[in-house]
Amino acid sequence: MFHYKLSVAALALFSGAVVAAEVAVGSDDQRLQMFEQRLERFENELSVKVPASSANAFNPAIALILSGLYTNLSQSPEGYRIGGFALPEDSETGPGSRGFSLGESELVISSNIDPYLFGNLALVLTPEGEMELEEGYIQTIALSHGLSVKAGRLFSGIGYLNVQHPHAWDFVDAPLAYQTLLGGQYGDDGVQLKWLAPTETFVEIGVEAMRGSGFPASERDKNGSGAAAFFAHFGGDVGISNSWRAGLSMLSSVAQGREVSDVDLVDAEVTNSFSGDSRLWVADFVWKYAPSGNAAYSNFKLQGEYLHRNESGELTYDVGGSDNTAAYDAKQSGWYLQGIYQFMPSWRVGLRGERLNVGTLEYGANSANMAAPGFNPSKQSVMVDYRPSEFSRIRLQFTQDKSRQDLTDNQAFLQYHVSLGAHGGHQF
Amino acid sequence: MKIFLVVLAMFVTALISANAAALNLFACEPEWGALAQELGGDRLSIYVATNAMQDPHQVQARPSLLAQARRANLMVCSGAELEAAWLPVVLRQAGNAAIQPGRSGYFEAASYVQRLGVATLLNRAAGDIHASGNPHIQTDPRNIARIAAALAQRLAEVDPANAEFYQTRYRDFATRWEVAIARWEKQATPLRGVVVVAHHSYFVYLDNWLGLKTVAQLEPKPGVQPTSAHLAGVQELLQRQPARMILRAPYNSERPSEWLSERAKIPAVMLPGTVGGSDQAKDLFGLFDDTVQRLLAALK
Repeated sequence: MFHYKLSVAALALFSGAVVAAEVAVGSDDQRLQMFEQRLERFENELSVKVPASSANAFNPAIALILSGLYTNLSQSPEGYRIGGFALPEDSETGPGSRGFSLGESELVISSNIDPYLFGNLALVLTPEGEMELEEGYIQTIALSHGLSVKAGRLFSGIGYLNVQHPHAWDFVDAPLAYQTLLGGQYGDDGVQLKWLAPTETFVEIGVEAMRGSGFPASERDKNGSGAAAFFAHFGGDVGISNSWRAGLSMLSSVAQGREVSDVDLVDAEVTNSFSGDSRLWVADFVWKYAPSGNAAYSNFKLQGEYLHRNESGELTYDVGGSDNTAAYDAKQSGWYLQGIYQFMPSWRVGLRGERLNVGTLEYGANSANMAAPGFNPSKQSVMVDYRPSEFSRIRLQFTQDKSRQDLTDNQAFLQYHVSLGAHGGHQF
Repeated sequence: MKIFLVVLAMFVTALISANAAALNLFACEPEWGALAQELGGDRLSIYVATNAMQDPHQVQARPSLLAQARRANLMVCSGAELEAAWLPVVLRQAGNAAIQPGRSGYFEAASYVQRLGVATLLNRAAGDIHASGNPHIQTDPRNIARIAAALAQRLAEVDPANAEFYQTRYRDFATRWEVAIARWEKQATPLRGVVVVAHHSYFVYLDNWLGLKTVAQLEPKPGVQPTSAHLAGVQELLQRQPARMILRAPYNSERPSEWLSERAKIPAVMLPGTVGGSDQAKDLFGLFDDTVQRLLAALK
């Protein structure tokens, strides 16, 4: 009996010790946990200065855009020109060639250079295997007061579409107004200064001084700049579903012996040369709608631009031939309006209407050889595109092109665009 | 000339008043706006760039964002490439040195938490994956607690005059938050081990917190829209491995989850995901109150 009592007591004592030991272990655990928490907090504090992400370690971000095109034209693109809108020989106008063709492949390399500068290079590889430098600039990121400076080769900030690279366009081709009045897109070597106002409404003002080497300016043997641009953009939100941007820009350039290819009154191809001032005005707006601001499922974009160009100076008719120089004055304009509707994820349809106004062309004493055609070019396009992911797109476009007098060109395009590598930003 | 002077005077006044206002905080997502509100109260003027109904991956650098970033003293963003589509563009064009990455005016929340779903194989064939891990860190309140500590510290750094104010408010918030987390965890005990399906990999951190098990996603690959073939596959999978509910964020279309809900006979649940994602999710506390309640309701 006694033995039994003793053993119970021993058992109780033993289990008590076990419990006590467990308690001790428990409090050690808690202490450990507290220690760990403290350590974690300490680590968190340490990680303050370490950014969680950069597009890559120290290599610049590299993005490659590939594109290809199938073109079906009812009219031959041979000798394509838009009457009354003379352009340099090598300018890229018209629907391109028939059949399969490789689009421009674009290689974009960009990165922050140091805490003060950002650098960007956009190389274009043409289907012929030539390499063109589309953009190559440095841009300040550390100036305050809303100021930023860009220098190098850059697309001018005028208008809405001008700064966008072709792969970001909603249609296969640039609007006629851009093709004729800007020679496609205006990019040049120079400096841009931009100022963003400290207001809730977006107000951005920019000035540019450019070399003036390309259309509508021309290369000349002088110091200083051959082209200057000014632009002002405004924008904001209306509720959570709508946002907009509107702008007014001006490009003023000097041409000296700018050679363009044209046809004269007897339909002979001639090279004319223009020297004088060219002034282009652009009014642009874009309106975007997405229900609750969520563009993922459906959204709508309405976009339009009006371009007006005044040129005055001297025109030399038939360079190397009759070489007749006389006063020249031209007032021409063009516009386009387009709507893009994403009706379900990945699918968009678009409609674009555009027109050029040949305006007034005064050839002075050269009017014996040259005259403005009494015809205003126009073009209608409809497109549908499908994006399997954010990085690829396939597009079908039908166009009725009446940019040549008495000639209707029914065009069909099938195009793909894909982007490899770094994810480019979504420009507005 | 007179008009010009008047305009100039107005302009200068606008400039001065813009600078004299409270600290301008630019929150990339609503949860950070709400957190800043808890910590800064009326000492902050908060602008929230996106809302709960927007797919955060698909935001554009719209003009109003540029204008607001220009005025901001502090940017508070999720990071982990969630804003890769628009934030770099905004930062570069804002002409504001103070908010550039690496400066004290740029706060990346994902830096302060342990990220899940860090891709081991970086290949776009796997969809829109993020090299720095899943960026939807706000779905775990313990992450919010860590970020709150770091943000309070950062506010003090950017605005030293109010350092004590932020610290006091932080301590108050942290205490209330700890209590709330304990409450949510207790309420959510029945959710431990519950099998779910998610529309997008949005609730990875929530899963980790509450012990939910996501067995399938409605998107075939992250960022790729659900296809009928993939949904049929998920339905088939659910016959072998039954799930209790289908989760989606407010910005996800309800159609794919409704489709599956009808066939698999399990409820489709919209979780607020962030502040403003539902009527109840008015602030951070409401966000998790509502999240837990919706999950529990679906379990019944």
